[in-house]
Amino acid sequence: MSSLLSFTILGVFSGAAYAIAASGLVLTYTTTRVFNIAHGAFGMLLSFVFWDFSQRQGMPVWLSLFLVLFVVAPLFGFVVQRVMTRGLGEAPVSVSLVVTVGLFVGLIGLAQQIWPPDARTLPFFLPDSGMQIGEVYVTAHQMITIALSVVVAAGLYLLLNRTRIGTAMRASVDNPDLLKLYGGKPSQVAALSWAIGSSLAALAGILLTPVIGLDYYELTLLVISAYAAAMLGRLKSLPLTFVGAMGLGLLQSYAVAYLPSEGAFAGVRAVVPALFLFAVVIVMPQAQLRIGQVKGLVSAPVPSLQRSVGWGVGLVVAMAVVTLALSDSNLLLAGTAATYAMVMLSLVLLTGYGGHVSLAQFTFAGVGALAYAKLDSPNLLGLFVAAAIAALVGALVALPVLRLTGLYLALSTLAFGVLMDKLVFQASFAFGFNGSLPAEPMSVLGIAITEPRVYVLLMVMFFAAMAVALLALRRGRLGRVLIAMRDSPAACGTLGLDMRWFRVALFGMSAGMAGLAGALFAGLRGTIAATDFQLLSSLPLLLLAVVCGVTSATGAAFGGVFLMLLPVLQSNHPELAGLAFAVIGFGAVALGRDPNGLANLGFKLGRTLGVRFGPQVRGFLPALPGGGARREAGSMAEPTTPERTPYDDLAGPRSGDQQEEVAVGGTARG
Amino acid sequence: MSVPILEVCGLRAAYGRIEVLRGVDLAIPKGAVVALLGPNGAGKSTLLKVISGQMAPTEGDIHLAGVHVHEPEPEKLARLGLCTIPEGRSVFPNLTVEENLTLVSYAGVPADAVLETAFAYFPKLEQRRKQLAGTMSGGEQQMLALSRALASDPALLLLDELSMGLAPLIVEELYDTVAQIAETGVSILCIEQFARTALRVSDYAAVMTGGRIVATGEPDEINQTMSEVILGGAA
Repeated sequence: MSSLLSFTILGVFSGAAYAIAASGLVLTYTTTRVFNIAHGAFGMLLSFVFWDFSQRQGMPVWLSLFLVLFVVAPLFGFVVQRVMTRGLGEAPVSVSLVVTVGLFVGLIGLAQQIWPPDARTLPFFLPDSGMQIGEVYVTAHQMITIALSVVVAAGLYLLLNRTRIGTAMRASVDNPDLLKLYGGKPSQVAALSWAIGSSLAALAGILLTPVIGLDYYELTLLVISAYAAAMLGRLKSLPLTFVGAMGLGLLQSYAVAYLPSEGAFAGVRAVVPALFLFAVVIVMPQAQLRIGQVKGLVSAPVPSLQRSVGWGVGLVVAMAVVTLALSDSNLLLAGTAATYAMVMLSLVLLTGYGGHVSLAQFTFAGVGALAYAKLDSPNLLGLFVAAAIAALVGALVALPVLRLTGLYLALSTLAFGVLMDKLVFQASFAFGFNGSLPAEPMSVLGIAITEPRVYVLLMVMFFAAMAVALLALRRGRLGRVLIAMRDSPAACGTLGLDMRWFRVALFGMSAGMAGLAGALFAGLRGTIAATDFQLLSSLPLLLLAVVCGVTSATGAAFGGVFLMLLPVLQSNHPELAGLAFAVIGFGAVALGRDPNGLANLGFKLGRTLGVRFGPQVRGFLPALPGGGARREAGSMAEPTTPERTPYDDLAGPRSGDQQEEVAVGGTARG
Repeated sequence: MSVPILEVCGLRAAYGRIEVLRGVDLAIPKGAVVALLGPNGAGKSTLLKVISGQMAPTEGDIHLAGVHVHEPEPEKLARLGLCTIPEGRSVFPNLTVEENLTLVSYAGVPADAVLETAFAYFPKLEQRRKQLAGTMSGGEQQMLALSRALASDPALLLLDELSMGLAPLIVEELYDTVAQIAETGVSILCIEQFARTALRVSDYAAVMTGGRIVATGEPDEINQTMSEVILGGAA
């Protein structure tokens, strides 16, 4: 009986901390419609600041608490709102998600840079006092937390429903322009809500740190518990959020107490928040169809079949030359880059064309790799079966959330990633705890490819083939449906398109592409482990995909090379490890608004150069027989064909950059 | 004649490269109701946006009560007594009627007084004070929007197509309220497609087409001469 009571109190304690975090999340979402994935990262960073004030600099606890909660945190929230998230509420979900994921990664990097990994502890508040209730001892820290959560809940409720500024906060979501005509100031209102939200994240982080430790990732991922709780209130209702947080805290505490610590259920204890999130998302009611965005995204141009095939072959040939000069370890890196590029290509399909965000794309690659290793048939058939299994898993993830879109779908992929990370990949039937699996290299038509150079070339060929197929898909009927669905689901609904199964298929296909990449990667490495496919590495993947251009195959190729270079850079310059993350994160914050990314800038530059220097260069070239010359003659003779000319100017530099990039990567490694 | 409450001189404004206002000159005398008529795309709503500070003009001057408006911000103008009711349903759909009215107090009138005035004019709103504004009928939503004009005691009221999507009977009712507001001494500029209804309550009328004011005068004159030509016999 006493154990039940003590676990209940523990549950209420963590529930109270979750409630504080979740209500901050709900506040910022309801008033600015930006879902702050970095909410946990805010809490993490500010807990570090609190540690710095109270432990390192030795300020009194009350003073540092005051400084963090009422000066640093609000200021931080204010600056973030003003500089980074302003106006994001009206942007597509994929854009606002990418920007806050950028913050998430950037803040982790920043924290690692300022406070390098070290053992740090934060003591409980009033560690010596407490109270005996029956047979259970309740610490003062627990009581303070529970009391504060009630104060926060009541305070926020009063703020939003009983004060004019609170009413204005809710009004600014409905129509910020109208609020201006009333005489209110939407930008001030938004900044205020982010300031309060940031302060609440800090409070939750500081209260939980003595329990879970001052850890970059644990504190950041705390946010999943906060989402799960907030989701019960559909990110709107504060009372339901409070109920959700308490329920989750209790559930987690009872899971620790009563689930067996051995066997299949052992892992479940760590993923209670993710399971809770899944369950809530599944029972959520049908999302309303969204009317099309007024500001449509301008996509990167889609090259013709001839051109995409031409440049694909060009890439393979160029890589064949480059790989001749590479050592074995550098070949491994080149193969890794090809893997990443293929996973990014799957994001081009899902995010760039489909408008959905997956926060766990590497997990699908992991499923593919696991299936490939387990199937133990290292040939083309085994490869495709592995990809099909990953596709099936992807479709299964999308299935429960068939009725939901955007944000909820993205969050459920995050929950899925956590589940796979902690439950499935660690299980004995998969990689095992900290274990790894052997994988045979591929064989094609009975010839085993053991030479790494040939294997890397095979991977590049797969990348090129996938890119060509993807672009062909984009040009066809399916591609048009995809873009139409991204731009206006409501319009598609009125045209009679059933988008739900299409969405599942899209998700499955994208997961299948990632799975294929994972399987090829397994064959390249020989051994694979769960650590190769961690959830947290999916986030830099998404960011780099967006920064480099998530609407074009060129962007995926760039992104793959950069993502491969990232750990190389970190191991060469360990002191810059955190900085690299911070740069990528904040780069995504800056560039996330334009999903066409750097690749598109390259296209633009190429177009300018093509217009400027194209005629002179052509003048030096002898007339070639075949397509190139014909096209050139065509565009010369008929300057009035508008579709042709920009294509010609575009596609040239496009793949030129691609080759150049690969070559640069090659020499840097060599 | 005293200083006009609003005077617009040579106003030009553009969306990107498309110029919509091409030199608008307009004056509203203090206490007058002016109806602004014209076909779709004439630039009426754009003119309203520029006056209310939501859009920057490319050229020209705006004087409010004789004071030159320099780099206007809509929220500042609103607090100084310019009440703009934009096109469409200008209420916050996810707030209750009462909360909508509370926000009116930004214009400088205490919230209690706002509620009192609004409920005195529209008893229907009092019955629905706890209802979300978005769940009310279109006519009721416009009543709520108009009660902002009533309760905030503005110096100048800008109305953009109050009648949009409403039944003619309700439109008549709403314009009766506009006439009541005008009686309290508020100057009003209203854009309307129901030309006859608008002309009934107005002191002057202006016709706009192609980004310019092409005719001004008494309602009768405008009604006779312009409605056939410009409005194609509408209303």
